[in-house]
Amino acid sequence: MSDVVTMDDLSNEEILSILEDSVRLVPVARGAVHLPLLEGKVLANMFYENSTRTRMSFETAMKRLGGSVLNFSSIGTSVAKGETLFDTMQMVEGYADIAVIRHPRQGAAQYSADAIDIPILNAGDGAGNHPTQTMLDLFTIMEAHGTIEGLNVVLVGDLRYGRTVHSLSHALIRFGAELTLVSPETLMMPDEIVNDLRASGATISESTDLVAAIPDADVIYMTRIQKERFPDEDEYAKVAGIYMLGAKDMDDAKDGMIVMHPLPRVSELHPSLDSTVNARYFQQAFNGVPTRMALLCRSLGVEIPEEVKK
Amino acid sequence: MSEMRRVTAICNGTVIDHIPAGHALQVIKMLRIDTNRSNPVSLVMNVPSDKMGRKDLLKIEDLELNQEELDRLALISPNASVAIIRNYGVAEKRVVELAEELVNVARCTFSNCVTQNPREPLPQKLVLYSRDPIEVRCYYCGKRQVLDDIIDNLI
Repeated sequence: MSDVVTMDDLSNEEILSILEDSVRLVPVARGAVHLPLLEGKVLANMFYENSTRTRMSFETAMKRLGGSVLNFSSIGTSVAKGETLFDTMQMVEGYADIAVIRHPRQGAAQYSADAIDIPILNAGDGAGNHPTQTMLDLFTIMEAHGTIEGLNVVLVGDLRYGRTVHSLSHALIRFGAELTLVSPETLMMPDEIVNDLRASGATISESTDLVAAIPDADVIYMTRIQKERFPDEDEYAKVAGIYMLGAKDMDDAKDGMIVMHPLPRVSELHPSLDSTVNARYFQQAFNGVPTRMALLCRSLGVEIPEEVKK
Repeated sequence: MSEMRRVTAICNGTVIDHIPAGHALQVIKMLRIDTNRSNPVSLVMNVPSDKMGRKDLLKIEDLELNQEELDRLALISPNASVAIIRNYGVAEKRVVELAEELVNVARCTFSNCVTQNPREPLPQKLVLYSRDPIEVRCYYCGKRQVLDDIIDNLI
């Protein structure tokens, strides 16, 4: 199958192969090399929820490879008139060669993938999965450390509702990382996920203390406390701004430790951090382009040349 | 005293034997047997069994359960023996099998699952995750259900 709905749709070998492809595509992603591998192909960007980086990086990825993009948002379309997801996807199948979908409902990407025959890439379904974000996160970690095995990755913030960390934690365990989960009590990683991770032999520790986790970290993966996922504003107010990292906090960090964040940030990364050697979040956002290029090519069955020449 | 003598033999219908003790009422619910209908249902609970120590037994008159209905039974009673009775004799023996996927058996109750929109033309699909104890997960959102949840959420 060429759909990517969860990370389980990709074997470890496939993940590594996509990451290798992504490395070769970096000059194309930067616009330094012209490689129109997807010329004549059309991508439908189906966004039922807000997105900046995911939507734009998919669009850039498609366009840098010579393809074109249909942008869809649920506002101002037939969805506002009550069209079902099933019907909308039937239409998309007629207009595009591949579709990227973000939807507030969990399982919407799987449902779409079953409903139509063109490949579907899940760009986030509720608090469920966000596998293309995971691919760019893995790419960013490999780029900095050359490996994932044995690294201590500290996941911080909203681990309950954050789909990014759910997909990422599974993938990191598959490649032998150790996880430290740092969150307020109310936003801990769901037991089901922690139990699954432990059942697959993972080393996991849980804590509420970010400062204590810094010295042993190889990667600190910060996340935003997502206001929009809280049923109650008071509950949000209790935990908003609980974790913050600034340049000073890097004094205790190991050499080579990197700070990542799927962005957007609110207050959890102080601007003083931006100029440190540890900050990787803007590079991480760029990495969405080559990794999504590689994913688009894989799903469309297009081979990436062994050498990408200028 | 044999458990078979506790209730009379039935002329036509279905006999489900070797139900784990105390679970016959769950089986009735699971099989969606309408207890307001007129067919007689005999229910025997907690009788001695050589094989199981204690067991339950159901005799449903004038109703032949089909395979899809019987496969639901496998959730509670994977080792049940089922006999279709015609004219006081065993006409057929059926084997209960626990399917890897339960389609339109029980619904997912996660409030944010894509299945919660009744207008979407999609089946309720639960995937078997563990046989002992029973655990299923929603095919779409991954929400887990144990046996008691499945019984509460039967369609």
